[in-house]
Amino acid sequence: MKIIFESCSENEAFARTVVAAYITRLNPTLEELSDVKTAVSEAVTNCIIHGYEGGEGDIVMECCIHNNDINITIEDYGIGIEDIEKAMEPLYTTRPEWERSGMGFAFMEAFMDKLDVESVPGKGTKVILKRTIGSCG
Amino acid sequence: MLKEDVATGFHYELYKNCLVVYVTQDLDHHAVQFLRERSDRLIEAGDVKHIVFDFKDVEFMDSSGIGLIMGRYKKVMFLGGRAAVSNVGRVVDKIFRISGLYKIIEKYDTPVDAIKALEVKYEDYI
Repeated sequence: MKIIFESCSENEAFARTVVAAYITRLNPTLEELSDVKTAVSEAVTNCIIHGYEGGEGDIVMECCIHNNDINITIEDYGIGIEDIEKAMEPLYTTRPEWERSGMGFAFMEAFMDKLDVESVPGKGTKVILKRTIGSCG
Repeated sequence: MLKEDVATGFHYELYKNCLVVYVTQDLDHHAVQFLRERSDRLIEAGDVKHIVFDFKDVEFMDSSGIGLIMGRYKKVMFLGGRAAVSNVGRVVDKIFRISGLYKIIEKYDTPVDAIKALEVKYEDYI
């Protein structure tokens, strides 16, 4: 599954709802479903706020299922991240004035089994989220 | 006195100096933008010392909600007030626990329980 949508805050709910519907065939528990929705929401919000800094742009979301494994890729072509390690530190945020809690990546890590972040400053950022459904993890 | 904010679809209630915000929708970055502005306007309009966020109808929240609550907590803290949450469901509770929010914000079953506790504590405080 692959969709491209505009970078605007209305699409945060759209993106997580699409993923939730897509993974329904794996019969996830309500908790698993909420976890994945939260991680997707964090990643898409990051594209909008940080990648495109509130401006226009496209967000590409891909999702595939292999057995019970979900693999979600969320990508923007925005400003990118200079220091990924720093960006992933809990409570670190470049947007305190917008009251960002600095917990986006921490939540993605907490709610998924695996998180990978690839970024090139000036080119964009790609977040890869993985989770196995039915592992009680 | 329950008031509805037509533009944002959330409800609020002022009980003495305690503002209760009924979050009636998914709390993500999109919803937070409106809620932040409206609740700050109410706080700045005066007479608000404490704030309670009620999550009865909320089925989804992400870290944007944490930012919203932390921001309002800081505002009422400067006014000598406190912040609380009520009717926290399973999904929202997990977000609060992971973020460590309960270290600074109290949880109650209902908004009425929260109001009572905040009033009593405030009296103790002065």
